[in-house]
Amino acid sequence: MKLSLLAAFIATIFTGALLFLLRAFPFLVFSKKDPPAIIRFIEKYIPSMIIAILIVYCLKDIHFASAPFGLPSILGIACTVGLHLWRNNAMVSIFGGTIIYMILNHVM
Amino acid sequence: MLDQSNFHRAIRTTLPVFFGYIAIGIPFGLMLVNAQYPWWLAPVMSVLMYAGAGQYIAVGLYAAGTPLVAILLAQLFVNIRHIFYGLSLISKFRNIGKIKYFLMFALTDETYALLTSVTVPKGADAGAYYGTIALFDWLYWIAGSTIGALLGTMIPYDFAGVDFALTALFVVLLLNQIKASRDVLPPMTGIVVTVVAIVLSRLGILPSQHILLSAISLGLFALIVMRSRKFRAEHKAELEKIAQMQTAAQETEQETARENAQEAEK
Repeated sequence: MKLSLLAAFIATIFTGALLFLLRAFPFLVFSKKDPPAIIRFIEKYIPSMIIAILIVYCLKDIHFASAPFGLPSILGIACTVGLHLWRNNAMVSIFGGTIIYMILNHVM
Repeated sequence: MLDQSNFHRAIRTTLPVFFGYIAIGIPFGLMLVNAQYPWWLAPVMSVLMYAGAGQYIAVGLYAAGTPLVAILLAQLFVNIRHIFYGLSLISKFRNIGKIKYFLMFALTDETYALLTSVTVPKGADAGAYYGTIALFDWLYWIAGSTIGALLGTMIPYDFAGVDFALTALFVVLLLNQIKASRDVLPPMTGIVVTVVAIVLSRLGILPSQHILLSAISLGLFALIVMRSRKFRAEHKAELEKIAQMQTAAQETEQETARENAQEAEK
């Protein structure tokens, strides 16, 4: 079940406030002193872990045991990776992968 | 206030962001409408949140019915990099007045990249110059997402699958991070813990709305266990290096002072 419009609106306000706090945080706290080690730890290791979690989370409703066996997603991701390693242009990779996925999703 | 030529110069600086924001704003708007939300939620989100990846993720989280706490936790970690953006702008923003608060709000990846690299033209007010750049970037983003949302409501075409742009965006972000860090352990950990959480949810052990929260907590715990020793050693080495550099600098200073003193004696 998706969030209701009201719940989505409330979540937007909270997320907006959170983002402002994150962006303002260093100006408010670290104007005078250096950031502690735990922040460096988070900066170093956490973002790539979270993004990997979100990629898998995006795929959570796919059923790999029945046709089309998640193939549009797998090929869409493979195409995105291939394009990105080849051209190193984020726009090309995202649009290319999405178009391949949409076509495969339609025909399979 | 800026005079006309400086105003135009500031806007010219933002041109690449114009194309980028229109291009990634449109799929965001399409996705939001595709998830059965009204088109005007797109500009509302762009005004209040103003985050590229953050808004893409939000659509996915809203559509999956994720609880508020899990949404905020996911957004916290996805956007934690913003803490480091501010660190490098503290001195630049020190004496520019109240506009500082708007600039903090508007500090997206792209605006950060522009503000750290532009030089304020001679005679122009730094606050107004930075403010103009940040304001235009914001307007491009609002425009792009609104155009996408309106297209989604007007074009009689099935946009099923356009939400894959979100997955593709994450894949690109991840590739860039691995390229920079040369470290695949954190993303591998992320993949494993999420697969575990999804399997648990399919088996009926874990409620599906807790997948994200469980995966994030489990992944954090696993990384701390696996990496805290290495991190501590590296962090210590870094601090020692800085300390060494400082002592070296002090020694050269003292030496020059001594030489100067000797010369003065002569």
